[in-house]
Amino acid sequence: MALERSDVEKIAHLARLGLNEDDIPSTTTTLNNILGLIDQMQAVNTDGIEPLAHPLEATQRLRADQVTERNQREAYQAIAPAVENGLYLVPKVIE
Amino acid sequence: MQWETVIGLEIHAQLSTQSKIFSGSAIAFGAEPNTQASLVDLGMPGTLPVLNAEAVRMACKFGLAIDAEIAPQNVFARKNYFYPDLPKGYQTSQMDHPIVGKGFLDITLEDGTTKRIGITRAHLEEDAGKSLHEDFHGMSGIDLNRAGTPLLEIVSEPDIRSAKEAVAYVKAIHALVRYLGICDGNMAEGSLRCDCNVSVRPKGQAEFGTRAEIKNVNSFRFIEKAINHEVQRQIELIEDGGKVVQETRLYDPNKDQTRSMRSKEEANDYRYFPCPDLLPVVIEQSFLDEVRASLPELPVQKRERFESQFGLSAYDATVLAASRELADYFEAVNTVCGDAKLAANWVMGELSSLLNKDNLDIEQSPVSAEQLGGMILRIKDNTISGKIAKMVFEALAAGEGASADEIIESKGLKQVTDSGAIEKMLDEVLAANAEQVEQYRASDEAKRGKMFGFFVGQAMKASKGKANPGQVNELLKKKLEG
Amino acid sequence: MYQLTLAEIARGLADKQFSAEELTRSLLARIAQLDPQLNSFITVTEELALEQAKAADARRAAGENGALLGAPIAHKDLFCTQDVLTSCASKILQGFKAPYNATVVEKLAAAGAVTLGKLNMDEFAMGSANESSHYGAVKNPWDLTRVPGGSSGGSAAAVAARLLPAATGTDTGGSIRQPAALTNLTGIKPTYGRVSRWGMIAYASSLDQGGPLARNAEDCALMLQAMAGFDAKDSTCVDQPVDDYLAALSQPLTGLRIGLPKEYFGAGLDARIGEKVMAVVEELKKLGATVKDISLPNMQHAIPAYYVIAPAEASSNLSRFDGVRFGYRCENPKDLQDLYKRSRGEGFGAEVKRRIMVGTYALSAGYYDAYYLKAQKIRRLIKNDFVAAFNEVDVILGPTTPNLAWKLGEKNNDPVAAYLEDIYTITANLAGIPGLSMPAGFVYGLPVGVQLLGNYFQEGRLLNVAHQYQQVTDWHKQAPSGF
Repeated sequence: MALERSDVEKIAHLARLGLNEDDIPSTTTTLNNILGLIDQMQAVNTDGIEPLAHPLEATQRLRADQVTERNQREAYQAIAPAVENGLYLVPKVIE
Repeated sequence: MQWETVIGLEIHAQLSTQSKIFSGSAIAFGAEPNTQASLVDLGMPGTLPVLNAEAVRMACKFGLAIDAEIAPQNVFARKNYFYPDLPKGYQTSQMDHPIVGKGFLDITLEDGTTKRIGITRAHLEEDAGKSLHEDFHGMSGIDLNRAGTPLLEIVSEPDIRSAKEAVAYVKAIHALVRYLGICDGNMAEGSLRCDCNVSVRPKGQAEFGTRAEIKNVNSFRFIEKAINHEVQRQIELIEDGGKVVQETRLYDPNKDQTRSMRSKEEANDYRYFPCPDLLPVVIEQSFLDEVRASLPELPVQKRERFESQFGLSAYDATVLAASRELADYFEAVNTVCGDAKLAANWVMGELSSLLNKDNLDIEQSPVSAEQLGGMILRIKDNTISGKIAKMVFEALAAGEGASADEIIESKGLKQVTDSGAIEKMLDEVLAANAEQVEQYRASDEAKRGKMFGFFVGQAMKASKGKANPGQVNELLKKKLEG
Repeated sequence: MYQLTLAEIARGLADKQFSAEELTRSLLARIAQLDPQLNSFITVTEELALEQAKAADARRAAGENGALLGAPIAHKDLFCTQDVLTSCASKILQGFKAPYNATVVEKLAAAGAVTLGKLNMDEFAMGSANESSHYGAVKNPWDLTRVPGGSSGGSAAAVAARLLPAATGTDTGGSIRQPAALTNLTGIKPTYGRVSRWGMIAYASSLDQGGPLARNAEDCALMLQAMAGFDAKDSTCVDQPVDDYLAALSQPLTGLRIGLPKEYFGAGLDARIGEKVMAVVEELKKLGATVKDISLPNMQHAIPAYYVIAPAEASSNLSRFDGVRFGYRCENPKDLQDLYKRSRGEGFGAEVKRRIMVGTYALSAGYYDAYYLKAQKIRRLIKNDFVAAFNEVDVILGPTTPNLAWKLGEKNNDPVAAYLEDIYTITANLAGIPGLSMPAGFVYGLPVGVQLLGNYFQEGRLLNVAHQYQQVTDWHKQAPSGF
């Protein structure tokens, strides 16, 4: 099943990636080529096979509930694009 | 047409850990913006989450308390979406394998009956930060202090049939999490938040109607109002030939209405998948046994005990067991005075109105359980009457004495029980009201009953309330009949 | 001095033939002189390096004598280095001076290593040619018209050109082993979880693993010894003692069972590479190894599975680059969506955007089972193949790459062709086993790499085999002309 322009636009929106209008046709073609490669998976029989999410199949280690961090706002915000009064600024959030 | 309301609730309880769910940042409320936001909380490149053991323990406590299945393994998943208060562009939550599976909670309705509400699941997740909409040159400000605060999301079955039931359920959850010590329940600070899924259907219809989700309702009162409003809106909409749209709505307490959140309406596709930075969490049976052993007596158990051990009514037992602190207070009063019914009456009556009036929590009560119990002892041994006791209670509340005995002594409130003294006083009252005495004696039985109260009132007034009411009644009757 | 390996440097410093400061100055001069031809560095941290070198000299004067004390190295530019640009070779991390150090950076600094700078790479480690860098392509010192491989192409080019003796890299689908093969280096991708990922900017979390590139196995052992180990900050890092890799080197190969998977020698492999690989096998036999033909039947499915899993994880991992808290932000965003879309659209390069889109699609509603879940099942099949194979053999041997280093620009317009270059390396990442590439000779002056795969936590064995081989051969000692 090949992606169409509208699919690519939808995916780009989900991923919040601005695409140039001119690039959409070539992007669509490339993505379809990649999906063609990926679709080779469908021929593999995986009946009864458990998915493997982590190679080692280890289990989660837990952290003791302790406060170990101190305020480093100044250092962390020194590399931010826009801050004021300790807040990160973004274009108005509308709810 | 007769309509039936169907409600399911999603409650987010902020777990009262010291640190965040995946980082060592503090979670204190009200800190300066972004001063409790560490590298992990800010989603800095290269940072990784490590799960807080206490959050896991708290979730297990909750699961055991609602008789839920706790799976031997639970898995964290990423819920992907872009929002400025979501630093990583995904929320670490649980999807297919939540820590707490199916359970239930019994709630007590106003008529004293109980109803079982199914709990579908409860899962651990991280909270988002906050967007502040005050105007910064047309921009919003983002505070990520709250980002990464551990939440337990408790999802109910659609078993709730009215706004009142919904409130009773939320109150029961509220009581439970506070009993368990896993959430402070402070709704004003957002420690307990509620999303209400509301739909209506014609009575008798088996299928559910289309539901609307009301987000973030943050008080018991608003839950009731928001649901009632939404139910009304949906019924009117359908009766006018319209259709309920599945959407997220926001309750505006100022206008008492819900409105559609259009910005969140666009088709979300959260692309959940297991978080590759976290491994499956294994819950050992031995750990669960240990947690189970550490569980306190829960509201339902306490309520049942209050009924069976103390003979309290279902209603009284439910009210007193609703909060652990109130129940503890009541039990402390009872330990001192040894009269559970009197203790219950005073705690639910005078004490509750006093606290309500001054907007105080039970822990802040100006009258201690020892003081109240001591006072009730004096009612029981006839040192004071119930009426005088109210004066003593007020004096205790005002800090006029360290104990009821001290106040009774200093104010001379000790009840008069010497029959000689009472008789003397009654003789004076009857002499002063000779006319009424004659009328009384001339009246029939029915009328006498009413007039008798007048003499009691005069007698109590003359004794400044201190005469033992039982003795006054008895002697007065004798004298009037005589 | 630039010809010295880490082990030789350690001896030279210990014998006071030169100081760490002298060595550092000399290499900094060499970088300034030669790197313009290669473009292997994104940032040269001259001041920091000299400071660290002086500190190392002081520590040595005070009696310390660690193997890496005063050893010059550099980091792939996705390891966070505090107050130093950490770019992932992406415009989106423009100006990102990391506010903290990666664990690997801390560990190497604690061992006394001197950081000369940050090395070029494929943007966000996505690529096998090092052509997707925002800072420009890296050239292969063996032929400046060819790619050095990727994604740790800067690390490979710099070490191959003797600008420094060793560097860190990361390997998600072959990004250490493939450039090592194409530049005549030894590089090892450890078992997943052996090296901490804290501060190593993620491409695909369940596949990424840091490791060293150096000119021989002994130097890789020295580097890995310092890099490996438990880190409480990484939930996926393994809490298990690190073997003594240096001690493992000298073990004889008598009785070593080598498996040759038939799938590694089939169609698609450049026959000239195949010959070199078989020559290595013959040499190892002489050292006492026995050889057995084996099969890894699911290898052919690894590329499709990998190109679902890695982009899926990447699509989520890269969501944090949103122009809000750090990095690139577009000019005058007109609203929030514009901020996101333009910052990300302008900040990410074409290949990164492609993989984000593939991953987004693979995880989206209705496709998850057919793509992501299916890929995870294939992942298990691939792991099972290795588990079965390691019941019969100690190491698996084959080519690292199907082809020699290709011409710059040759595969730019055909991502699928470039993806196929990963065929021999990505199975190790999917299964989480360690893999090593070492020099196996030359075809028309271009290096050929041979890959050794080992069972979980058998890094010591892989280094041992490579080291023993390097005792009887000198491919690894060949230097590119002009460097």
